Amino acid sequence: MKPLSDTVVANLKAGMQMPDLEGTRYRIVRHLARGGMGSVWLAEDTVLERRVALKVLDLVAPTDGLPVRLLQEARILAGLEHPGIVPVHDAGTLADGRAFYCMKYVEGQTLAQHIANKSLPHKLRLLERIAEPLDFAHARGFIHRDLKPENIMIGAFGEVLVMDWGLAKVSSTGLKPAENGTAVPLQATHNSSRITAQGSVLGTPGYISPEQARGNTEVDHRTDIFSLGAILWFMLAGSAPGDPPVATSGVSPPLRAICEKALAPDPDARYQSAREMTTDIAHYLNGEPVSAYPEGVLERMGRVLARHRTAVILVAVYLLMRLLFILLARR
Amino acid sequence: MAAQSGDPGARSRAFEVIAAAYWKPIYKYVRMKWNMPTEDAADFTQDFFTRLLEKEFLDSYDSGKGRLRTFLRICADRFFMKQARDSHRLKRGGKSGALAVNFEEAEQELATVPRSESPEDCFDKEWVRSLFMLGLQQLRASCESGGKMVHLELFERYDLDEADPKPSYAQLATEFGLAVTDVTNYLAFARREFRRCVLDQLREMTASEDEFRREAQTLLGVEIR
Repeated sequence: MKPLSDTVVANLKAGMQMPDLEGTRYRIVRHLARGGMGSVWLAEDTVLERRVALKVLDLVAPTDGLPVRLLQEARILAGLEHPGIVPVHDAGTLADGRAFYCMKYVEGQTLAQHIANKSLPHKLRLLERIAEPLDFAHARGFIHRDLKPENIMIGAFGEVLVMDWGLAKVSSTGLKPAENGTAVPLQATHNSSRITAQGSVLGTPGYISPEQARGNTEVDHRTDIFSLGAILWFMLAGSAPGDPPVATSGVSPPLRAICEKALAPDPDARYQSAREMTTDIAHYLNGEPVSAYPEGVLERMGRVLARHRTAVILVAVYLLMRLLFILLARR
Repeated sequence: MAAQSGDPGARSRAFEVIAAAYWKPIYKYVRMKWNMPTEDAADFTQDFFTRLLEKEFLDSYDSGKGRLRTFLRICADRFFMKQARDSHRLKRGGKSGALAVNFEEAEQELATVPRSESPEDCFDKEWVRSLFMLGLQQLRASCESGGKMVHLELFERYDLDEADPKPSYAQLATEFGLAVTDVTNYLAFARREFRRCVLDQLREMTASEDEFRREAQTLLGVEIR
């Protein structure tokens, strides 16, 4: 038999590492993405004849807690039924021992891809829509802990989805009752807390809050507010906070102030909810004062003039014409 | 481990599997690590596996202390040191070896190993390559006896061929006179069988269930149940 080349050995090894879907209703189509603890595969659901995404663990060590954490992620997603959170269809263990869950396959772009050449108002409205599912999750006691542009998908119909809840956990402030009566998987959340209570730093540099970066296990939902501020900064400057900005010349002082408030090192100095932050964004979009920016008299006048530009022009034209009439009448 | 067994038949069978998987790694390792001349390395490899067959090395192997793979590499190092100390070499051709293997082929392959690769990395890579070769031999035998030759041919055409770009499943379907879904299913079957065969071989050459799982996890990145 002909010896196997390094290329063939690598191919065979990769083939053997593919999820073994024997006995399931799924069939692998192709690899989509690699994450911190597993890979996402595009698969076909042979029963319903539709494409789905399978998140499968790469490695399984019996004691490392990863299978449990993946299952918790699936349960958290299943408990958070919101148009901005990708729905989970199924979860379990494959024939090769790897934990997996099946979710809706989102065809679209990441936030970074989507916002290229988009207007500022479009970007700000996107941020409002990112904050909606986040606010929903926070209201149910969950925090994401790994918000970043790569984890935001814009679907084919313009839907905004917050992805990858692999680091999500229950807030240290405890669960709040679900407003719409959605069942919150209590056992899952308790386990989730335990898994991540080792003091290890989880998250992505540039987007995680200072308290999370210090390995503080008692972080609350305001760690996500910091990440939301970092995402806003990314949308405005083209880079993560701390990295050299690509472009900040067009960032107005109120918007900069919104970012700075969300990115405050002290959680108490930040917006206390995603909704509070998006309220400021909405005020900015409407030309109204924002809570994060105490404006001066001239700035206030300029903003009011800019906000009511049409009315101001009409009044100015009217006054000018009145003046002309008066002057002509005196002659 | 069967190679440590008192049953001569079981020991012989286990030895064959170990020798088939490890002779190339050992040969290439000593060539690289000790810069041993070609014929001396071939003699060394023959002698090493002769001692292995005589249980001289394997008797002291304890799977609780490490992997067989690492143990054999360390044994090769110690055996080399011992030979160097005793200034004792087997006379070339003076003793029939335990292996019927092709050292020329190993030498040709060795010429393609990057200079930057360490002997230890080469040893591990060769072990994987040998294991896959044994897996393929078993897969071939299994397909032949099970009437699955089309499955095997598809696997060889798609997974073992270095063609770049690879043929599409539609092209393979036309070539083999099959439906595209058949190509998908046949390839999935062959890959699953190949995986099973490789794991069978791995199980043969590991001393305990724990070692088997650890080696499988290293090799495949997954836990085996």
